[in-house]
Amino acid sequence: MKFLHEYRQRQDIERIARAIANMTTRPWTIMEVCGGQTHAIVKYGLQRFLPSAITLVHGPGCPVCVTPLEIIDQALAIASRPDVIFCSFGDMLRVPGSTQDLLAVKARGGDVRMVYSPLHALDIARQNPERKVVFFAVGFETTAPANAMAAFLAREQGLRNFSLLVSQFLVPPAIEAISGATDSRVNGYLAAGHVCAVTGFESYHVLADTFKVPIVVTGFEPLDILQGILMVVRQLERGEYQVQNQYARAVARTGNQRAQDMLRQVFEVTSQTWRGVGEIPASGLRLRAPFSSQDARQLFASEKSSPCDTSGCISGEIMQGRKKPNECPHFGQRCQPQHPLGAPMVSSEGPCAAYYRYRARGITGEAVDAQTNNPTNSSAHEY
Amino acid sequence: MLKPITQPTAQPMNIDCPLPADTEDTIRLGHGSGGELSQNLFRDYIHPYIKNPWLDQLHDGARLPFTGARLAFTTDSFVVSPLFFPGGDIGELAVYGTVNDLAMSGARPMYLSCSLILEEGLPLKTLAKVMASMGRAAVQTGVQLVTGDTKVVERGKGDGLYINTAGVGVVEHEWEIAAATICPGDRILLSGDIGRHGMAVMASREGLAFDTPLQSDCAPLHEPVHDLLQAGIRVHCLRDLTRGGLATALVELARARGASFLLRESEVQICESVEGACELLGLDPFYVANEGRFVVFVAPEEEPAALEILRRHTVSAGSRTIGLVTEVGRPDVILTNFLGCERLLDLLPGEQLPRIC
Repeated sequence: MKFLHEYRQRQDIERIARAIANMTTRPWTIMEVCGGQTHAIVKYGLQRFLPSAITLVHGPGCPVCVTPLEIIDQALAIASRPDVIFCSFGDMLRVPGSTQDLLAVKARGGDVRMVYSPLHALDIARQNPERKVVFFAVGFETTAPANAMAAFLAREQGLRNFSLLVSQFLVPPAIEAISGATDSRVNGYLAAGHVCAVTGFESYHVLADTFKVPIVVTGFEPLDILQGILMVVRQLERGEYQVQNQYARAVARTGNQRAQDMLRQVFEVTSQTWRGVGEIPASGLRLRAPFSSQDARQLFASEKSSPCDTSGCISGEIMQGRKKPNECPHFGQRCQPQHPLGAPMVSSEGPCAAYYRYRARGITGEAVDAQTNNPTNSSAHEY
Repeated sequence: MLKPITQPTAQPMNIDCPLPADTEDTIRLGHGSGGELSQNLFRDYIHPYIKNPWLDQLHDGARLPFTGARLAFTTDSFVVSPLFFPGGDIGELAVYGTVNDLAMSGARPMYLSCSLILEEGLPLKTLAKVMASMGRAAVQTGVQLVTGDTKVVERGKGDGLYINTAGVGVVEHEWEIAAATICPGDRILLSGDIGRHGMAVMASREGLAFDTPLQSDCAPLHEPVHDLLQAGIRVHCLRDLTRGGLATALVELARARGASFLLRESEVQICESVEGACELLGLDPFYVANEGRFVVFVAPEEEPAALEILRRHTVSAGSRTIGLVTEVGRPDVILTNFLGCERLLDLLPGEQLPRIC
């Protein structure tokens, strides 16, 4: 398949891996920002193609994982109301709130519907004028333009029964927070290619300059990721800290202007709480005043709660790259996809889900380090 | 034997239970009453498409002739939405599904039952189309639909039409074909590419359009199985891949046998449109439903002959060896990717997506 198989060729991957090994003279810690990249790294066992001096740590790029418990609980309360049709991407359905998840609400009679696009939720609102249709607008800069479009069209078409429960995050402020921490050990970043496809990467220059860290906009296939690492390592070894673009086939310097225009028209930047991390200034989006009648957080303010997170999930440390999933005492034990303690174990971008899904050996319950996964000695099993 | 789909004649108005004229071409609750409407429904919409000496008797049960034979018996329910999807429909699925379950037991499929649960408001034309499809599928696979039942549920309490079929087949060999007979060293053969049915149904249901249209692989598998057995291939185990896909089928077998399987990802074929759709939607094709694929476990020395026989049939023309049984004592299914990286396949905690088949 075009744009896929070319980036999954073993000889190319080994060639880039050799180049990284030849170039590396000192230990470096590199963070891949996006959960999609984390999954590719774990799925293809890319760490084992790297010299031991290179450490990869996983970043905060899973919007489901960093959505605060308070918003998930509000979503569950809204979805339980008989007058509501609650629409969500599939990713959110199994994320545990304080007491249950959206699938449990659905099983108890809540009208919870999985959609592939916010525009589908808009169709549902049009078809059900007597019901309140709420879309769970979760994501980074990647989902924000389509969510903004839904709000925009709902207003334009006079759909008064449509609202958004907004949980939108911005990536650069999170990188700033991680780099600015006094104990930060991250030397360089692989920035999230799909986010940059929308935003471009102009805003990353100030981060690279301020914290003296190379940032390489990187794609999601194994070859992309190794090329991104090579570009970061080359800069680190030379003492440089620039913003570079590995993912040029999808990302332009200034991004997608039309998507940005739509985003700015509907959303404004606000302070945002990241689950397990805390509040980061100017790291989220909220609906602008003309769209306030579509703000489900306000429309259903009575459904707000003050939850106390007693799950034992250490998602904050995981999402900041301070700990790896298999360093959590609950990983693979109390916390499994069947009974997750937190979102990182269920989201398709969650690092714990990646470690669990791509674990190499061991029966359910055994914690196994997917990163130490050894290549198969296939000669023992020729067929 | 089969009549073409014809426009049904209008039903006479029942004075005791007047119904508006505009519901006359749809299923009504009265069709499930056991009375006149039920009789008419069978006479006009079911029997025309399925005829055989057992069903023609209109008895409560079919008396079937078996003397000294080993029987295989199975049942399956079909709740697919939409009822008609690219590459198939619920009617043929209900026949093929049960035929395939019998074939996987190493049996020759012979007799099926058919239980219909109809939702009030289902267009009678839709029912006729499904029954015609069932009739064709029965003829194609050489089975007889010998008994059945019809119930009607209120509007909103069904999804148009559900079908349950049970089936009986004859086992004409002395071998045990089951997980228990899987041996270390066995080759695992897969009959074709994976993921077509699940993705075709999802694309159709959700209105997702792709450049290359997705077609279900929905098909009967009894012929290649029959030929394998006829040729004396000592088949250790057979399993058709349905919901849950290749990964779920193999994990279930590994657990049932307590054996480890080692698979090569590069040997598992996935067509470009399925691969693209899965990439786009973030789905794992190893867990996507199939309705016309199966795996065969044979000893290594039987592998070439088994592959040659499988490849003679259109439905299994793409057969390949995808892996082997490495040991007994540890129930793991390991998938090795093109980089030599191993991944443990497990059962999914839930569904990848709601109800596919």
